[in-house]
Amino acid sequence: MTIEVRNIVKRFGAFAALDHVDLKVETGELVALLGPSGSGKTTLLRIIAGLEWPDEGDIRFDGEDALQQGAGERHVGFVFQHYALFRHMSVFENVAFGLRVQPRAVRKSEAAIRARVHDLLDLVQLRWLAERYPSQLSGGQRQRIALARALAIEPRILLLDEPFGALDAKVRKELRQWLRTLHDEIHVTSLFVTHDQEEALEVANRVVVMDKGRIEQIGTPAEVYDNPRTAFVHAFIGESIVLPVEVRDGRVRLGASDLDLAADGAASGPSQLFVRRHDMDVGPVDSGVLRGAVRRVRTFGPVQRADVALTSAGGETLIEIDTPRDRRLAPGDVVGLHPRRYRIFAAEA
Amino acid sequence: MAEAESARAVRACEARNDALTEPRLVRLGIIALAVAFLTVFIVLPLVLVFAQAFREGIAAYIAALADPEAQSAVVLTLTVAAISVGLNLVFGLVMAWAIAKFEFAGRTLLISLIDLPFSVSPVIAGLVFVLLFGAQSALGAWLIARDIPILFALPGIVLATTFVTFPFVARELIPLMLQQGTQEEEAAISLGASGWRAFVRVTLPNIKWGLIYGILLCNARAMGEFGAVSVVSGHIRGETNTMPLLVEILYNEYQIMAAFAVASLLALLAVVTLVVKAVLERRLAEGRRQRDH
Repeated sequence: MTIEVRNIVKRFGAFAALDHVDLKVETGELVALLGPSGSGKTTLLRIIAGLEWPDEGDIRFDGEDALQQGAGERHVGFVFQHYALFRHMSVFENVAFGLRVQPRAVRKSEAAIRARVHDLLDLVQLRWLAERYPSQLSGGQRQRIALARALAIEPRILLLDEPFGALDAKVRKELRQWLRTLHDEIHVTSLFVTHDQEEALEVANRVVVMDKGRIEQIGTPAEVYDNPRTAFVHAFIGESIVLPVEVRDGRVRLGASDLDLAADGAASGPSQLFVRRHDMDVGPVDSGVLRGAVRRVRTFGPVQRADVALTSAGGETLIEIDTPRDRRLAPGDVVGLHPRRYRIFAAEA
Repeated sequence: MAEAESARAVRACEARNDALTEPRLVRLGIIALAVAFLTVFIVLPLVLVFAQAFREGIAAYIAALADPEAQSAVVLTLTVAAISVGLNLVFGLVMAWAIAKFEFAGRTLLISLIDLPFSVSPVIAGLVFVLLFGAQSALGAWLIARDIPILFALPGIVLATTFVTFPFVARELIPLMLQQGTQEEEAAISLGASGWRAFVRVTLPNIKWGLIYGILLCNARAMGEFGAVSVVSGHIRGETNTMPLLVEILYNEYQIMAAFAVASLLALLAVVTLVVKAVLERRLAEGRRQRDH
C-alpha cells in the first residue's frame, strides 16, 4: 500500500502545524518522520490515520482518496506514544478488540478470533501475558501489546507515534532491533514518528526530516547524514561545528581572514560553514585553513575529543572536534585545522 | 562497630519521629476533641432520630409509616429521585464528555456554571421556577391554559430537584475524564469501533466507579432536598409532599413520633449511602493506583 500526502496544510489557530507538505511512501517501506517537537510530525501521522483532518490537501492510499474515509474505515494500525491500552481489559481482550468490533457480517468466529490473538501474542513473544492487565506490564511489554493490537485488524498501513519515546535506553534499543526484524517479517508499509535521530537512522529505510511544519529533506539515512540539504538538517542530524562565515565572489571569509576553501557554488552573503566533528583534520600549526589552541582533551572509546579555541580574527570561538586517539593532543597545543568535508549554507535571516 | 552505628541510626530516626509528633497528651487531647465533636454533632442526632421514632414501640412506628400520607410521600420521593437522577445521569455524562473531550469557546465558563446549583440557596432555585412557571409569567400562563401543571405538581418538584442535584454526576466525571484523556477512545475508533461502541466498551467501563459514586451522592441529595422543593411543591397533602416536607408538617402538628418515623427512613438512606460510598471510594482509589503503575 502506497501513501501519498499532497500539499497538506493544517492550522491550529494562527499556528501552521503543517505547511504544504508532500510525501510519498512506497509499499513495504519503513519510513521515519524525524524532527524536533513542534515540527508537525505527529500531526502528519494523525492526519494519515484519520484522527485529525487537514485544512487543505489530499491523502491517498494506493491512489484512492483516504479523506473520504473515517479513521475506522482506513484499516490503519496506530500505535500511540503512551500505548493507550484499554486499562480495564486483559491483554487478550485488548488485542481482540479490533476483531470483536467488526461488523457482524465480516466478524470472525470466536475460535478464529482466539487463534488470531494467540498468533499475534506469539509474534510479539508475550503469549504468557494474555490474562494480565495493562497496569501489570512493563513499558516495553505494553508497547509490544499495543503493536499486536494494531496488527490484529490486518492494517494496510502501520503508524507509530514515538513508539519508543517513553522507554528507558536499554529497552528502547532492544525494541528498535525487534521492530526492524518484525518489519522484515510482515512487510507492512510503516511510518513512525521520532525525535531521536539515532532511532530514525538505525531503523528506517528512509528518513523524512521535518521542521516548523515543513519537510526539510527526504532520503536514506546515509543521504540525510552525508548530504544534508539544509542548515537545519545538518545541525539536527549528527554533531556539527558551525562557523559564521561570509561568502564573497566564491571565496569564504571568516572574520577578516580569507579561508582557502572553495565556496561550492554558495551564493554571496552571510553564511554558515558546517563541518562534522570528525571531519576536522588536526595537524601542525600551518597545515590547515584554521588555527586554534587546545583547551581541554578527554578520551573515551575510540575517539579523543578536544575543545579547541579558534583564534580567528573575529575573536575566540570554541569548537569541539573528534580525532583518533593516536593523534595525541594536550591542553595548550596550538594546532592547524582543516575541514576534510564541509557544507556552506546561507545564514538564516 | 556496625551495630553501634545502626543503633545510632535508629535513635536518630526516632528523634526525628519525635520532632514530627506532638507529645502524647496533646495527641490524645486532639483525638478526644475530634471524637467528642463527631459524637455530639453526628452520632447523637442519628441515634436520637431512631430513639424518637421507636419511642412508642415498633407497632406505632409501622403504623406511622403505613399512614396513606406517609406512603404517598415515600412514593413521591422515590419517583422524583428516580427521574432527577436519571436526567442528571444523562446531563452529567454529556456535560463531562463535552468538557473533557472537546476544546471549545466558553468551556471554562461552562465548568464554573456547573457549580452554580451548589453556590445558590435552594430556596432561590425554587423561586426561580415559581417565577418561570407561575401564573403571572407568560410561559406559566400558556402552560396553565393548556392544562399542563408544572408548579405544585410532580414536574415542578422534579425540575427543582434536578436543578439542585445537577453538579454531582458532572463534577465527579470531569476530573476523571480529563485525567484519562482521549487516547483510548482514539485507539478504539482507529481499530474500527463506532463512536457508540467506543463509548460503551471503552469510556463507560473506565468511568464506571466515578459514575456510580456521582449517582449515589446525587440520589442522596435528591431524596433529602427540602428548600427548593418546599417552594414549588405547594404542600398538597397526600399529593405533593415529599418525605422531607412531610417530616416538617408532622413536626409542626406535634406528631413528633410520626415525624421521626419518616425521618428515620431518610436517616437510614444516609447510613446506607455512607457505607456504599466508602466501598466505592476504595474501588476508585484502586483504579487510580492501577493507572499510576
